Amino acid sequence: MSESVLKHALSTAGIMIGFTVVGTLLLAYTFFTTREPIAQSEAEARMALFRQILPESLHDNDLLLDTAKIAAGGELHNREATLAYRARLDGRPSAIILETVAPDGYSGDIKLLVAISADGTISGVRVLSHKETPGLGDYIDIGHSDWIKKNFDGQSLAKTPEDAWKVKKDGGSFDYMAGATITPRAVVKAVHGVLKYYAAHRDELFAPPAKEESHE
Amino acid sequence: MNSREIIENGLWKQNPGVVQLLGLCPTLAVTSTAINGFSLGLATALVMAASNGSVSPVRKFVPDEIRIPVFILIIAVLVTVIDLGMHAWFHGLYVALGIFIPLIVTNCIVLARVEAFAAKNEPVPSILDGFFMGLGLTLVLTVLGALREVVGKGTLFSGLDLVLGPSAKQFVLTVIPDYHGFLLAVLPPGAFIGLGLLIAGRNWMESRKAAAQSAPPVALATGH
Repeated sequence: MSESVLKHALSTAGIMIGFTVVGTLLLAYTFFTTREPIAQSEAEARMALFRQILPESLHDNDLLLDTAKIAAGGELHNREATLAYRARLDGRPSAIILETVAPDGYSGDIKLLVAISADGTISGVRVLSHKETPGLGDYIDIGHSDWIKKNFDGQSLAKTPEDAWKVKKDGGSFDYMAGATITPRAVVKAVHGVLKYYAAHRDELFAPPAKEESHE
Repeated sequence: MNSREIIENGLWKQNPGVVQLLGLCPTLAVTSTAINGFSLGLATALVMAASNGSVSPVRKFVPDEIRIPVFILIIAVLVTVIDLGMHAWFHGLYVALGIFIPLIVTNCIVLARVEAFAAKNEPVPSILDGFFMGLGLTLVLTVLGALREVVGKGTLFSGLDLVLGPSAKQFVLTVIPDYHGFLLAVLPPGAFIGLGLLIAGRNWMESRKAAAQSAPPVALATGH
């Protein structure tokens, strides 16, 4: 009797292993065939986003290849290391795209992408992801309103004095909507932080040479 | 069971959303707008058709003891393959639906139909069952989404442009102009209340139907 139990157990285990192996092979195959197209469509999507915040006339290099690594944490509050995308015109720095996190939103991190032209003027800001209350705090997202465009395009440390980097309710110069002040407060603070970061690290950010294809 | 019965069960009699009450996790989470509900529902329907369709042909090789892990394995592999494939070749759609696809794995209605139907029936009826159970769910998600959207935001079909491209933006309806929103409907409690109303509505219709079938002779006899 024990022999038949053993046999049954073995055959059941064998079938389970069989399904697992087939499943794993299928997954591996799909992963490898889709890896290239996924990377490509991700890059395209990223470029489309960049085009929204940085006019193409401002650079003639491939942004995705000219990057500098920024460690996690620090003034930009990023949870993971991010890339700064550097725009150049005729080899000279013309703009930079930085990622930052506003950690003090109403619910969770607000991830932002900020494009700053070389002279320190904001060329565009977009929200990459957020968990703000739908219908209340989500107007920071370009899909819901153009608040972010109206308030940040063309901003700079020179244009807006240090103590005006606040929403109007707090005596600053940025719009907000009644009922949701915490969200724009966090975004304004984060964008202000990026500008200050850029001002302090400008040379460093552009310093490491562009990654060229190595010609031996 | 013939196709007609399968379809009727999926859409009305055994509707997963309001009768079986399965798959409530995504139902409550994503139905903040009609389009969100519709999109997740449709993606679920496709996954259910595919999972029922792939479990049914192998059902005789799966011993009873390990059927659940094997079914889960098949569903997980399938959803991952669909997820990666969409990401690679339909990027626009992936951006709109992408966050929902992994959610489908957590949806117990998929496993429930595999276990209750595909494990006992031929492939073709199984696919039909999966698809129409999914469509039944889509129906509930869309109505619930529409309800919450109109009450919560005063619009209908917002986000259509994410699914069908920017030109679809003109079809977004503003049902209540200059509406300041009703937050309760947008937040999770609104989903519970809305679903409760839908279940009550369906039960009411069913009981009226039952009353209409049995009552007439009595009503005539006692009619004033």
